[in-house]
Amino acid sequence: MNTTLTLAARNLMRYRRRTLLTALLITLGVVALLLFVAAAGSFKQTMVGSITDSMLGHLQVHRKGYTASMDNLPLTMSLQPRAVGLIEDALKADPAVAAYSKRVKLGAMFSNFEQNSSIRLNGIDAAAEDAAVPALRQRISAGDKTGPLVERGKVLVPALLAKGMNVKVGDAVVLVATNAQGSVNGQTFTVGGILEGITGPGGRDGYIDIQDARELLRMDKEEVMEVAVRLKSIDALPDVSARLREVLDTTIRNKEDKPATELHTWADLSPFANIVKMIDMMTFFIRIMLVAIVLVSVMNVMLMAVYERIREIGTLAAIGTQPRKLMAIFLSEGLLLGLAGALAGVALSYAVVAALNVWPVVFAFGREQITLHPTLAAAEVLGVLVLAVLVSGLASLQPAWRAARMNPIDALRHV
Amino acid sequence: MALIHADNITKNYRMGDQQVAALKGVTFDIGEGAFAAFVGPSGSGKSTLLNLIGCLDHPSSGTLQVAGVDVASLSRNAAATFRGEHLGFVFQDFNLVPVLSAYENIEYPLLMVRGWSEAKRREQVNKLIDAVGMTEQANKRPDQLSGGQKQRVAVARALVGQPKLVLADEPTANLDHDTAYKVLNLMKSMRDELGTSFIFSTHDPKIMNEAEQTFTLEDGRIAGGQS
Repeated sequence: MNTTLTLAARNLMRYRRRTLLTALLITLGVVALLLFVAAAGSFKQTMVGSITDSMLGHLQVHRKGYTASMDNLPLTMSLQPRAVGLIEDALKADPAVAAYSKRVKLGAMFSNFEQNSSIRLNGIDAAAEDAAVPALRQRISAGDKTGPLVERGKVLVPALLAKGMNVKVGDAVVLVATNAQGSVNGQTFTVGGILEGITGPGGRDGYIDIQDARELLRMDKEEVMEVAVRLKSIDALPDVSARLREVLDTTIRNKEDKPATELHTWADLSPFANIVKMIDMMTFFIRIMLVAIVLVSVMNVMLMAVYERIREIGTLAAIGTQPRKLMAIFLSEGLLLGLAGALAGVALSYAVVAALNVWPVVFAFGREQITLHPTLAAAEVLGVLVLAVLVSGLASLQPAWRAARMNPIDALRHV
Repeated sequence: MALIHADNITKNYRMGDQQVAALKGVTFDIGEGAFAAFVGPSGSGKSTLLNLIGCLDHPSSGTLQVAGVDVASLSRNAAATFRGEHLGFVFQDFNLVPVLSAYENIEYPLLMVRGWSEAKRREQVNKLIDAVGMTEQANKRPDQLSGGQKQRVAVARALVGQPKLVLADEPTANLDHDTAYKVLNLMKSMRDELGTSFIFSTHDPKIMNEAEQTFTLEDGRIAGGQS
């Protein structure tokens, strides 16, 4: 075995330039794939993090049918106090749940005494919201970032609206809302802060205290439109969401004895989940490109190697080398070439990733700044290595087989 | 018992549409410890005959026994095993593995064909490399050796597995006169020392005289008996 590898290594170094060029090609392919995966992974993580940590939470519970008509923020489709209590019981009982926030969602008219606009509002409990979506306060671009998110009588205004309506922190505004019974109510609020918008549903919502929201709507019961839940780890999301859904579906039933709530993960609610799928698909295609690069380059080199060494093959066969050993000599040559190229690619990728973490690349994504902090997962690196080596083996198979099947007499006679 | 027993062997090739009879019924015996030559012009069939004895090809008909084994119908793998265990080869162009040193070239059959242990290999390779006078060049690659030195290494490689028979196809064709004699003398002294039979093909009359047994091939037949 050692001799086979020694032979393979020495034969590769016999045509140094060709070997280096081919290995370089494989290296570049591996670097391209790993860097794309690392950058896309970082982008995904940043985007998903900003969506879940500053807006949606990891999962949300609504009354059945609410999300279908979410755009018009229906007041009639709220969770009643009894259901809210059961939901809270279920969330408190689950050890994977880190925090949750109850929200009263409403559409209102926003007036600065000169002009009106519409605004989507979340009525929240400041402490609970802070725990459920801890990155929300990072979006506060003007106003107090360290105190409670909202206080009674104050409103967090989305940045685009604040700019368009020319309101600043401390300005008085009027919020007018129509309640579920159709009666109109208005209250004066002070602008407590300006909130940078982010991509996705709810990314341009304003925030007020939940009690203010209920007063504005003259809501006499402790109704809630949405419960946003944060888990201790996002990795547990599929398990926890399935588990919670089952508990809620069995405990909270409507008059027809059907489940009265619906549970959605962030991916169900945000269109970014599809972008994630697209990124994964692009990764898949880049992987195929790598396979093609390795396949073509290694096969080319190995076909050449076999062709150049026909007499040598004839000699080795004549003096008694078994066909399978001849095959092993050429197979290991191809495998070694692929492994060397891929290892160099992995090393280079780690170097580039390390450099990108020292000198980060910043992308503007809409109004957001995304700083890439790419990392290479060991499993991904290992996967790429295995892929490159496997494909190299595959590419060497035909040339190696040709070498093993060669007729020694013809091979020895070859000029 | 004869080392090689050939009885009326023929070999036909198909060259395009034409059937070519390379051997038209050849019968001979070669004993152990022989130093024999097949001579004749190119196309006379001597290389074909050597290939048959070397189990690199099958006769079209006839009986061919080498070292007591009927080699006329050995399978590909069995033939490889037989060659590895009983035969040694010396080629006109030396055919050393260019990426291996002189020592490693000689070691190759023991390592890759026979699978000997390290200690056993070292002893045998050192013995052979000393016998062919190449100890000082042991670590040189073939491209650093002269033609005569390469053929010495090749002779050592052919003998290292202690075969019964070494087949040499025009072993001196690419060597100058003096070197050719030296290589022939080396082969002869190896025969004397180890008892290995040597059979070579040649069309060089001077070399023929060194052979103790000569078979002249003409047009696929042994002509004029043996001398």
